[in-house]
Amino acid sequence: MPENPTSSSGAAILAPLPPTSTITLRINGEQKQLHLAPWTTLLDALREHLDLTGTKKGCDHGQCGACTVLVDGRRINSCLTLAVMQEGADITTIEGLGTEDNLSPLQQAFIDHDAFQCGYCTPGQICSAQGLLNEGKARTAAEIKELMSGNLCRCGAYTNILSAVQEVLDSQNRELRG
Amino acid sequence: MNDTNYIGKATSRVDGPAKVTGAAKYAAEFNVPNLAYGYVVSSPIAKGKITKIDAAEVLALPGVLQVFSHENVPTLALLDRSYKDDIAPGGSPFRPLHSAEVKFSQQPVALVVADTFELARYAASILKIEYEQAGHETDIETKRTQGFEPGTGKTGFVPPPPPRGQADQEFERATHRVDQEYVHGTQHHNPMEMFASTVEYHEGGKLTVYDKTQGAPNSQRYIRQIFGLSKDEARVISRYTGGGFGSGLRPQYQLFMAVLAALELRHSVRVSLTRQQMFSIGHRPHTLQTVKLGTNPDGSLASLHHHALHETSRFEDYTENVVNWSGMLYQCANVKLGYQLAKLDVYSPQDMRAPGAATGSIALEIAMDELAYAAGLDPLELRLRSYADRDQNLDKPFSSKKLRECYHEGAAKFGWEKRNPAPRATRRGNMLVGWGMASGVWDASQQKAAAKVSLSADGKLTVQSATNEIGTGTYTIMTQVAAEYLGLPLEAVDFQLGDTNFPPAPVQGGSWTAASVGTAVKEACEALGEKLLKLAQKMEGSPLADAKFEDVEFVNGQLRLRLDHNQAVVIRDIVQASGETKLEADATAAPDLAKQKQYSLHAHNAVFVEVEVDEDLGTVHVTRVVNAVAAGRIMNPKTARSQVLGSVVWGISAALMEETVMDHKFGRYVNHNYAEYHIPVNADIHDIDVVFVEEEDDIVNPLGVKGIGEVGMLGVAAAVANAIFHATGKRVRELPIMLDKLL
Repeated sequence: MPENPTSSSGAAILAPLPPTSTITLRINGEQKQLHLAPWTTLLDALREHLDLTGTKKGCDHGQCGACTVLVDGRRINSCLTLAVMQEGADITTIEGLGTEDNLSPLQQAFIDHDAFQCGYCTPGQICSAQGLLNEGKARTAAEIKELMSGNLCRCGAYTNILSAVQEVLDSQNRELRG
Repeated sequence: MNDTNYIGKATSRVDGPAKVTGAAKYAAEFNVPNLAYGYVVSSPIAKGKITKIDAAEVLALPGVLQVFSHENVPTLALLDRSYKDDIAPGGSPFRPLHSAEVKFSQQPVALVVADTFELARYAASILKIEYEQAGHETDIETKRTQGFEPGTGKTGFVPPPPPRGQADQEFERATHRVDQEYVHGTQHHNPMEMFASTVEYHEGGKLTVYDKTQGAPNSQRYIRQIFGLSKDEARVISRYTGGGFGSGLRPQYQLFMAVLAALELRHSVRVSLTRQQMFSIGHRPHTLQTVKLGTNPDGSLASLHHHALHETSRFEDYTENVVNWSGMLYQCANVKLGYQLAKLDVYSPQDMRAPGAATGSIALEIAMDELAYAAGLDPLELRLRSYADRDQNLDKPFSSKKLRECYHEGAAKFGWEKRNPAPRATRRGNMLVGWGMASGVWDASQQKAAAKVSLSADGKLTVQSATNEIGTGTYTIMTQVAAEYLGLPLEAVDFQLGDTNFPPAPVQGGSWTAASVGTAVKEACEALGEKLLKLAQKMEGSPLADAKFEDVEFVNGQLRLRLDHNQAVVIRDIVQASGETKLEADATAAPDLAKQKQYSLHAHNAVFVEVEVDEDLGTVHVTRVVNAVAAGRIMNPKTARSQVLGSVVWGISAALMEETVMDHKFGRYVNHNYAEYHIPVNADIHDIDVVFVEEEDDIVNPLGVKGIGEVGMLGVAAAVANAIFHATGKRVRELPIMLDKLL
């Protein structure tokens, strides 16, 4: 190493800036027209362009699950897909699952079981749990825990999240049997 | 019959519907019109200076508004004290974009502002900066002999008490001895919400700042001092905070950046940190501890030594109370405590959930387990033989202390009496099963805080205080307090927080919010209650005409005589009869020092843990935890239980997973992301049982509440380590205990 080593940061400009275009997304049952550049993630399109801020950014790298939304009923990390890739898809965010006056069964169960504290991971947890219910794979507590493990909760509400999801899963199964 | 007694009842969070529907708005979610986006450029070197910033190419990009760096920041406040926030330690606070000097890896060195987030991020990635590197020191191991005793520059820091008795001689004479070193690495708070500030620029230069913080007033003072703003020009709002754990106690640099850009560009600006940058804003320091313990022939403690050395930055002396607890948790006549810092080329550490105590309890409580084995005593029995009925550090009695009950109730719930003390004695298939326990102590603190209440003619009560909600349940608990003291249904109370236009409150930390803000809300309600009584007495034919305030109560929407419930007035009618549209009162509550000064004020806990360790793979599962907590009055068992559940998860995390790893060659954290900085996921967490031990205390504060956000974490990591020893026979003294340490 030389006596006064130098270092530099910053990459060279490789390409012109991407142009914006108009796309249409179907979100919570509504057609939404957006003008954005193709490098915009679905997450940023929701939060910054559509004011659907219920979907949270916790890492922007698909590591935490806070940005989970449902695309055609399947849960995905919205930070790992570009908005332009989702034209024609049916996107559901936390705002589409229920409202304060009309909570979904999972939303109500999360309140009843105190399955959150700060609330920041909560929309992602609930969307993920809805995806888990849609998948129909989880039967036991161990399976719920495993299949909810893509969603971090730094407040540590995991046992209560399990109780909430289990309650809704059990009542769904009872209805199916009944 | 009284339906409006809410304190102590399990109550669902009043902010629950907003949080589960996405309606709760956090700092980066206020989409004000015409918003620009700032992206922070972080230094790749740990020490040296910036020799050149070439922003020309970046500024030529259409949509880039400005590049801020030390080269073009205007003259701001000159003195260090302007950069000191309420929680700043001693020393010289870091000033973002102040000079060419680089003091730590990931130091923010520039801010690129552009029309869109994507463009700002791209422009930041191509901004050319040249550095001249200097040699850095980031390894505490090289500083073992260079520790120094810090000054008392930081709020809440108490230097260790002077030695008592003959700790050295008694250690040499002791029947059984332990003398070991305990280490844990750096940890980062990593709340789920990344730090962000949205600054709305209003015509004429007024700002509305939506900040991620644990104290809006602290953020406001900070930017007012630096940028010379009036109170009116710098309103700070923080309605929801997506986790804090201490990281939001100090204003973070994105606040400075966003305010700077907004003022300079006369434009609304949002600056959000990335998850990687969340590792550049303070941390629980890498700490080396030694504990020496010795017993008397009867198994009581004869001697206790506890010494800690941890890192701090070059520019601030971050301090926390690591060793003091050891002089207080157990009865021991001969005690010697030591506490030192060492300066490294890192950012200043920062309070992280149960700062100091979480660290100290790891060393002390593993050492106690080692001593129990050395003395052939059950670990719980060893602790009972040195039970402290008095705080020997302060030489004062405790205002209340139910640690003995924590031990007994926790042990009973766990089934501790069935424990076979021999290590490696219990198996489930291929799993080695171990049981361990530990205990802890934490401050019961009250700070000065204020609140305002306003009752409207339709019977709705608005309560305001500039406190904060980080997930602790502040909205809910304050709603309960106000509803109970004015006898109103919960639904009639709207508690509002996180706004510098509201009466001041301290940062949300130190487990003091329930005690501090709760008392202010109670006193404001009582002040309004006195007004209501006077007005009620003026009403025609008032049944309360001769009543004194102590003769009446507010229950079920009525103001009535305590001894004759039929003599009552409907509270709403009092407002209407007054002719006013609303009635207001406020209060500033401060601790009653005259009452408190003769006592030591503390909360306690005892933790019992079961682990299963795979004999071949070394993987550890914490299968069962019982955490018994004595923390005074439990305001809301539902939210309080959640805080203890979270504390247990934190303790498990500290024991088994969490560590920010420094590559000393570069002076840089290498696992600075959520994939490689491990915290538990749902599948890692199993049965957790929370026991609240009843504890009455009318000395700590008028509500009798001690706070629950931190005490529950104490002892958990040590109990896990002790259970692992019991399971495997391996004593691990360096956390986190990953499987390589067990194979």
